[in-house]
Amino acid sequence: MKKRKMEWGLQTFFVGPVFIFFVLILIVPFLLGMYYSLTDWNGIAKTVNWVGLSNFKTLFTNDSNFWESFIFTTKFTIVGVVLVNVVSFGFAYVLTNALKLRNIMRTVFFMPNVIGGLLLGFIWQFIFIKGFDTVYRLTDWSFFGLAWLGDPTTGFWGIVIVFVWHQAGYLMVIYISSLTNVPKEIVEAAEIDGANRWQLLRNITIPLVMPAVTICLFLAISWSFKIFDINLSLTAGGPYKSTESVAMNIYNEAFQNNRYGLGTAKALLFFVTVAIITLIQVRVTKSKEVEA
Amino acid sequence: MKRYTGRTLILEIGMVLVSLVFLAPFYFLFVNSVKPFGEIMSDAASWPQVFQWENYSKAWSLTRFPEAFTNSLVITVIGVALIALISCMAAYRMVRANTLFNQIFLLVLVAAMVVPFQTIMMPLIRVISELNLMNTKAGLIISYLGLSTPMAVFLFHGFVKSIPLEIEEAATVDGTTRIGVFFRIVLPMLKPMIMTVVVLNTLAIWNDYLLPSLILQKPDLRTIPLATFSFFSEYTKQWDLALPALVLGITPIIVFFLFLQRYIVEGIAAGSVKG
Repeated sequence: MKKRKMEWGLQTFFVGPVFIFFVLILIVPFLLGMYYSLTDWNGIAKTVNWVGLSNFKTLFTNDSNFWESFIFTTKFTIVGVVLVNVVSFGFAYVLTNALKLRNIMRTVFFMPNVIGGLLLGFIWQFIFIKGFDTVYRLTDWSFFGLAWLGDPTTGFWGIVIVFVWHQAGYLMVIYISSLTNVPKEIVEAAEIDGANRWQLLRNITIPLVMPAVTICLFLAISWSFKIFDINLSLTAGGPYKSTESVAMNIYNEAFQNNRYGLGTAKALLFFVTVAIITLIQVRVTKSKEVEA
Repeated sequence: MKRYTGRTLILEIGMVLVSLVFLAPFYFLFVNSVKPFGEIMSDAASWPQVFQWENYSKAWSLTRFPEAFTNSLVITVIGVALIALISCMAAYRMVRANTLFNQIFLLVLVAAMVVPFQTIMMPLIRVISELNLMNTKAGLIISYLGLSTPMAVFLFHGFVKSIPLEIEEAATVDGTTRIGVFFRIVLPMLKPMIMTVVVLNTLAIWNDYLLPSLILQKPDLRTIPLATFSFFSEYTKQWDLALPALVLGITPIIVFFLFLQRYIVEGIAAGSVKG
């Protein structure tokens, strides 16, 4: 009896704080969100009216902005995830060679990552508007002369560029630590067997770093699918909502249109989508992992 | 490591060029932050003709930088310390007392890591205001305690499992209490993972914009991202003020990074163990 009491005390002492904050900050709001998605809550009024599934009906039949933002986010995720992984793997692959400046270069590639997305977006707003303009005048390369951030296409690619610049360093760190763990004997054995550099990369290195690929894809997908900060400070969703991400659409629905009920309905759908995508991705890439 | 061949040299030169492209935005940011407005407009690429440092003193006072810096610092330090502490305590207990409750709780925590912030954002604000914690640093810190602990507990959980039980048993025989065993023996051994959790959460909390923007609406509570945002909306296109404000905004975290680079990079590599 006494022992049981002590176990209770220890459990409360050690796990209690996390449990309380977790329930208060995540579980309660999550359940409340489910309830609010079935109401017409506007965020201010104390009374909320039950409206059944009508928010979801509006969402699926009468909210083209939301679906446009969904398509934008999906496109952005596909392009962003592929590019950021290719770039960061490339950096890691080259910087695991015996380059003299490799430590400095690792620092350089990682540095943008420590800066918050909001400030980065503002910095790049200046680069796209004034910096590119000046480079265009100096070099006459038409790439820099485009109306950057002024139309949907350059807005999209602008966000992609900043996203890759921001996150490549983080994934590079993960790829570097995975590449340095590839057993030397296997690589040497393959070299003796006459494998060229490309065959080595394709048939030895990449299969052995698949666990890192799983993680990096997972991270890149969740960052890009939930993109908000860079989006807000770089284009604010413009021009004409053409670069509005799902996260921003939800934000605007709640805090600009004051339709919290509809906002929470969108947010739940967003959660389900994120959960399904990440589950599928982890399943698929995990099945491609091999043991050394 | 392999020899330094001609191929390595070509790689080296190529990578240096790529690094310069990567650094170019910082160059544009710094040189233009000290130029008068006219010069920024006429030529954004050249080295400044004169260094107009007043840009910085104006941005410093207009963004109320010292205040924003202090707010960011207080929130980040307290938040991160509490997250690390309560998470490693919970993870320790959950490994050592493998009850059904603790097993289920771990699963729920891991599942919660997938929930996007937007999904709970609106009801969370309701909860915080019901607790009368709107416009308080405590309200923000408490939110971080709930939002960041699942990942931290998960990381510590994996780490505690690798600590042999014998060391603790020896201490218990010596008469140390079970709580004492944790603080005197286990906690010091958790140091590498504590560094990881501290690094990841420091970057996340310091740079966060969305949650503080919802909870802290009074100007004197603004953190650096909030101060930058409101400054930028007010002085749009006034680059001679906006750019020095941005430089001020990124300087603390860049300094933090350059000093603790080794820990940060190790922390990220260690924090990405797959679940």
